[in-house]
Amino acid sequence: MTELNALTLAEARDALRAGDITSAELTEACLAAIDAADALNAFAHKTPEIAMARAAEADQRIQAGDAPSMCGLPIGIKDLFCTKGVPSQAASRILEGFMPEYESTVSQNLADAGAVMLGKLNMDEFAMGSSNETSVYGNAINPWRRGNEDTALTPGGSSGGSASAVAADLCLAATGTDTGGSIRQPAAFTGITGIKPTYGRCSRWGIVAFASSLDQAGPMTKSVRDAAIMLEAMCGHDPKDSTSTELPVPNFEAALTGDIRGKTIGIPREYRMDGMPDEIETLWAEGRRMMEEAGAKLVDISLPHTRYALPAYYVIAPAEASSNLARYDGVRYGHRATLSQGDGITEMYEKTRAEGFGPEVQRRVMIGTYVLSAGFYDAYYNRARKVRALIKKDFEDVFAQGVDAILTPATPSAAFGLGEMTDADPVQMYLNDVFTVTVNLAGLPGISVPAGMDNQGLPLGLQLIGRPWEEGDLLNSAYALEQATGFVAKPAKWW
Amino acid sequence: MSIDQNTAAKVAKLARIKVDDDALPALAQEFNTILGFIEQLGEVDVEGVEPMVSVTPMRLKRRADVVTDGDQQDKVLSNAPDAREGFFAVPKVVE
Repeated sequence: MTELNALTLAEARDALRAGDITSAELTEACLAAIDAADALNAFAHKTPEIAMARAAEADQRIQAGDAPSMCGLPIGIKDLFCTKGVPSQAASRILEGFMPEYESTVSQNLADAGAVMLGKLNMDEFAMGSSNETSVYGNAINPWRRGNEDTALTPGGSSGGSASAVAADLCLAATGTDTGGSIRQPAAFTGITGIKPTYGRCSRWGIVAFASSLDQAGPMTKSVRDAAIMLEAMCGHDPKDSTSTELPVPNFEAALTGDIRGKTIGIPREYRMDGMPDEIETLWAEGRRMMEEAGAKLVDISLPHTRYALPAYYVIAPAEASSNLARYDGVRYGHRATLSQGDGITEMYEKTRAEGFGPEVQRRVMIGTYVLSAGFYDAYYNRARKVRALIKKDFEDVFAQGVDAILTPATPSAAFGLGEMTDADPVQMYLNDVFTVTVNLAGLPGISVPAGMDNQGLPLGLQLIGRPWEEGDLLNSAYALEQATGFVAKPAKWW
Repeated sequence: MSIDQNTAAKVAKLARIKVDDDALPALAQEFNTILGFIEQLGEVDVEGVEPMVSVTPMRLKRRADVVTDGDQQDKVLSNAPDAREGFFAVPKVVE
C-alpha cells in the first residue's frame, strides 16, 4: 500500500470515510515525513500539536457520520496566511515574533471543512520572488534533481515551500497565493497542480497583502481532482473582503467529466517567445495534440498586448506593494530597530524598514514609491493601468469569439539551480512570470498541470487559462489534459 | 529618464527606508535597469483608454455606518514592540 502521506486528497478522503485509516494515522505519517525532510526547508513553522488535536476532532466527526468535505485531511499553509496563535511572518524579518489574534478567512474555511493544519510553509519574502531565495528562513529546496546531479534546485516562488512540501509528500496539499504566477510557476517546477482562481473567488482577508488588485489564494495539489476539492473548500463570499464575489460556489469536483469534446481551445501566437527552449515548444505541441485527440477544437488566437504585461505588472505590483507595506513601521507589530540617542520617529521608521525588509522587498517598495511620486504618476502608474485594460480586453475579445480556454506553457524553463540567477539583473528573474502574469492582470482563472519532463528529468507544466468564474469548466479541461498526459512521476527521495 | 544618486536618495527617503550613501550608486543602477524595462510601455497606443480601476466589474459594497467590533484593546496591542498604559508607544514626535 502507498505510504499514507503519499495519498491524494481524494484517495485519503475515501479511505477515511471507508474506515480504512484514521486522520490521526494520516497526520502522524505527514508529521514524520516533515521531520525527516528538514533538508528541503519547506516548513518554516511546524504545528504538530494543532495537527494532532484537529485530527482527533476529525476522527470523531467521521465516526459520527458528520464529515465535511476535507475532514481529517492534513495540509500545509503558506506563511502569508495569518493563523491565530501561530507565527505568520510572510517570510520577512519585519514580522518576526508576530502572532496573529485572528485567522484568515481562507484558512478558517479550510478548518471549517475539517482540514488539519500541519504548519506554515516557506515562501519568498512578502511573496516577492520566483525562486524562494528572498525568504528570511533561507531557501526552500526542490525535491527534484537534474539526472544524477546533486545541485540544489529552486522549487520556484513565491509559493516555493508549498510546492516542495506537496511534491515531496510532506502533506497532501497546500495553500498558495498568486500575484504574478506564484502558484502556477512553482507547481510547474515541482510536477504538481496549482490553480489561481478568478480574482474575487477567494477572500483576501487575513492574507498579508502584496498587490491587492492581483493577489489571489489557491490550492497546490497532487491532482486536478484534489485542486477541485480544495478550491471549493477555500472560496466563497466574505463580507470582510469587499472585492470577494457573492456568486455561489459550484461543486467543482462534479464538473470533472473529462469530456471536452466540442470545446474550443485557443493557442496564442504571442506566447511563442524568441529563445524559448525546444523542450518547452515540444511540450506545448504535445499538449495541443492531446487536447485535439480528446475532441477539442484548436484555434490560433492573438493576444496582441502580451509583451507589455510584465512591464505593466512591474509598475502596478510595486505601486500597490509600496502602499500596502507602508503599515510596517515598527509601531503596531513586528520588528522595531534599536534606536540611537536623539533618533526621532522618522529614524525609527527608516531604520526599522531597512533592517526588516530584505533587498528585493526594499527594491520593489522604492520602485513603487517612485512610480507613484508626483510628476511620474501619469507617465508610469496611469499608463500601466491603461495597458492593463488593453491586456484584459485582449482576453475578452478571444472569449467573445467562442474560445473556452487558452493553452500555453506554464514557465519558460524547468527549475533552475539555486544561486544561478544571483548575478543576473532583477529583470531576468522577473521573466519567469512571462506566461502567467497576464492572467493576474486580467483577473482570470489559470491552472498549471504537470505535462512532461525535460531531458534532465525535471518536470514541466502546461497552463490553461479560463473564462472568469468558469473554474469548473477550466478544471475539467485540465482534468482531460491530466488524463491524456498520464504524468505520474515523483522525485526520487534523497533527503 | 535616468535616475541619479540624488533621486535614489530621495526615493529611499520617501519610502522611509534608510540607505547608506555608499549603497546609492548600485541602487540607482538597479532602478535604471528596472525603469528601462518599464519604458516599453511608452510604445503602446493608449489614446482614449480608461485606466483600469477594478479587474472585475463591480461596485464596491457599502455597509451601514455602525460599530460592529471593538473592545479588544489587549488583542490590538498584543504584538506591539512597545505598548504602555493601553497605548502604542513611539519616540517623541512633538518637542
